[in-house]
Amino acid sequence: MITITVNNQVVNVDAESDTPLLWVLRDHLGMTGTKFGCGMALCGACTVHVDGAATRSCVLPLGAVKAKSITTIEGLSSDRSHAVQKAWLEIDVPQCGYCQSGQIMSAAALLKTNPKPSDADIDAAMSGNICRCGTYPRIRKAIHRAAELLETGAAK
Amino acid sequence: MRAVSDFSRRDFLNATATLSGGLILAMTLPGRGGKLNAAEAGAASGAAGTAHRSVSQLNAWLKIARDNSITVIVDRSEMGQGVYTALPMLLAEELDISLDAIQIVAAPVGDAYINPGNGGQVTGTSNSVQDAWDKLRMAGATARTMLISAAAKRWQVDPASCHAERGTVVNAHGKTLTYGELADSAAKQPIPKDVKLKPKIDFQLIGKSQLRTDTPGKVDGSAEFGLDVKLPGMLYAALAQSPVLGGKVQALDSGAAEKMPGVHKVMTTQSGVVVVADHFWQALKARNALDVTWDPGPNVRLDNAAIHAMLKKTAAAGDGLSARADGDAAAALKSAKQRLSAAYYLPLLAHATMEPMNCTADVKADGCDLYVGTQVQQVAQTTAATAAGLAPAQVRVYTTLIGGGFGRRLDIDFIPAAVEASKAVGRPVKVIWTREDDMTHDTYRPPAYEEVSGGLDAAGKLIAWKLHITSPSITERMFPPVKGVDDSVIEAAVNNLYDVPNLAVSYSRQEIGIDVGYLRSVSHAPNCFVIESFMDELAAAAGKNPFDFRMQHLAKKPRQRRVLQLAAERAGWGKAPSGRYQGMALMEGYTTHLAQVAEISIVGGELKVHKIVCVVDCGQMVNPRIVESQIESGIVFGLTAALWGDVTIVGGRVQQTNFNNYRLLRNNELPELYVHLVDSDEAPGGIGEAAVPLVAPALCNAIFTATGKRLRALPIGTQKLQKA
Repeated sequence: MITITVNNQVVNVDAESDTPLLWVLRDHLGMTGTKFGCGMALCGACTVHVDGAATRSCVLPLGAVKAKSITTIEGLSSDRSHAVQKAWLEIDVPQCGYCQSGQIMSAAALLKTNPKPSDADIDAAMSGNICRCGTYPRIRKAIHRAAELLETGAAK
Repeated sequence: MRAVSDFSRRDFLNATATLSGGLILAMTLPGRGGKLNAAEAGAASGAAGTAHRSVSQLNAWLKIARDNSITVIVDRSEMGQGVYTALPMLLAEELDISLDAIQIVAAPVGDAYINPGNGGQVTGTSNSVQDAWDKLRMAGATARTMLISAAAKRWQVDPASCHAERGTVVNAHGKTLTYGELADSAAKQPIPKDVKLKPKIDFQLIGKSQLRTDTPGKVDGSAEFGLDVKLPGMLYAALAQSPVLGGKVQALDSGAAEKMPGVHKVMTTQSGVVVVADHFWQALKARNALDVTWDPGPNVRLDNAAIHAMLKKTAAAGDGLSARADGDAAAALKSAKQRLSAAYYLPLLAHATMEPMNCTADVKADGCDLYVGTQVQQVAQTTAATAAGLAPAQVRVYTTLIGGGFGRRLDIDFIPAAVEASKAVGRPVKVIWTREDDMTHDTYRPPAYEEVSGGLDAAGKLIAWKLHITSPSITERMFPPVKGVDDSVIEAAVNNLYDVPNLAVSYSRQEIGIDVGYLRSVSHAPNCFVIESFMDELAAAAGKNPFDFRMQHLAKKPRQRRVLQLAAERAGWGKAPSGRYQGMALMEGYTTHLAQVAEISIVGGELKVHKIVCVVDCGQMVNPRIVESQIESGIVFGLTAALWGDVTIVGGRVQQTNFNNYRLLRNNELPELYVHLVDSDEAPGGIGEAAVPLVAPALCNAIFTATGKRLRALPIGTQKLQKA
């Protein structure tokens, strides 16, 4: 048994310590919002926050996150009220939607450290997240919108 | 694809009649706007007696419950193109309800859900809205008429004195009954023969951008893709497939794998060796510990040079089968003042959907539940039935959301292993392909070798056009048999939109030994690349501006002239800033008319794409915001393919394995995109694929303007872009 903290809950996981956090979340904890895309930290579909930082969970072994605080898309808010989720809803960003949990987690981490990102900041922070549907124009628009929501206090 | 049935208005009424047998018991659904998840769907189908709520089914696409909740059954697969929004909008428009009042479920396999344009229950060829346009508006209008009849009966008034309004029926005295109160008796009303569809001027939803119904679940992680299906007692499986395409298992030593933690079973299936374990990571580790000896089969010497040589050799052997012959192209070429010939080559491409292939099967003694992101429900059903040794009717297909289709999920090669494994272990099994499995065992976009000739008269007018396409057939494997010409390889070449009195298009089929499949904008991408590149070559030979040259050959094409004119205006054609170069492309496909202008620069041999302008006339739009997003999506898809798309094969093995060596466009590489949608009253056209094909020719035409160098093979990739 390995004990980890996911979305502020302490959970015990019965898995080998080399199991990537991605599969622990999905198979062991039933939290399937975090997606499997490449298994090599190349596409960002599996992005979660580890101690607040955007991290690719597909290459992060369970044994390495024992003392860390993990946040997944399910824990970003309980009611889609996070500024990034609100902006995503307003701009209607997703198409197939498969990469969007990862996009949203990367965007949320960006705004935490840079509440008013420029296009260049967005490019730098989001280039690790592939969207095969090509929702990039709307992702950019939605990140600017989320920044506005944060600035005006309309969302957290 | 072949048409195996026709769906007429009469069939609609028949389908409706067989389904509208009054009250049925149905499944419990999650809250407003929710989607039924796979496990709930499965439970509901198996145990109607335990259902909690009475629901009336008014036709194949609509259920109304006593509590006024409305369920729309969508018979096309949602893979990002917006059918879970656009299709319900058509029905909701006639039923006079808002989109947020409905729940959506994926249709089961059923005759009512056949798409006659595709010859089956198929989501493809960008025709979901075209197919549904009359059908779902009729479904809504018919149900509305039946609800009004039921209300009129209860009130003992003339139905003509009642009308529908936001989920209720209202009479002349202002009395109302909700749809939920009426649904039971409405379902027993005779099916009206003549229903009136709303005129455009009365549309409340159609043509107005509505928020997508699937967005909420896609921003909180609750949307259920095939990969996310959870069933009680479910096991996970990884699959080992022959590294050489077409190879088979010769010998297997699974001793080490079987002893690994969590492993339940190792078995050889028709798809390869399946390892079933408690968790996927365990299955994957055990798979990687397998010692498989593969019989590599016939492709062991296959590589790109061999494929190119095969196609070229067959092309040289003759013109093949005629697909279109206007006038006498050969004679006109001979008599032309100027003749031009060129050969173009299109590479193999991978679909690279973000969600790797996967399938969950639960085989029991009397049937099989199949949970899968599929674009072909009927084919999935028969495939699973064959693998399970059951009759097709014993297989229930639950279509999940699809994490990228692009035609990949028109194929069913990821289904049998899950079915065989579930049958063997007696529990539900989910098979997941890794990215490497997916990339190296795709059903690739076929390569094409295209020889084209054109003849100009003394005035620089195009009088002859001859295009000979040599390529494998996609349809022969997937929907056999193909008699003669495979439309899915040459359709867009046959539909050449320019005025040319003498025009010949022909096809030679040359298989390459590996499975090829439909990829977004199937024949349009290769054909449009050749046609639109060569139009620029001809324009240059005629000494004309590419815009003027195209316009000169579009006398009878007002919609094409309009989009081209608009694109030139929006892009500032001929007014590119210093150091920037433009190229254009034009296409009619999926009943949609588009023009694109790309603006590029080349510095030190490095291509930079600055801007792409796309003007689209797709007829009547249902949801303009989705149209816009699909056009943007198509441009990104087309740009990715044009710049880097290339699957290479060595010794029968695909060399690309993951996103590090099969490059997809990232957000920092996105040019400025300007999409202009033309307001139109024409019949709806398709938008999921239409924008893809124009990108490559527009870019290559711009590169020609910049360098004088004509690229006749894709991808642009590492080709030298210095001035010729």
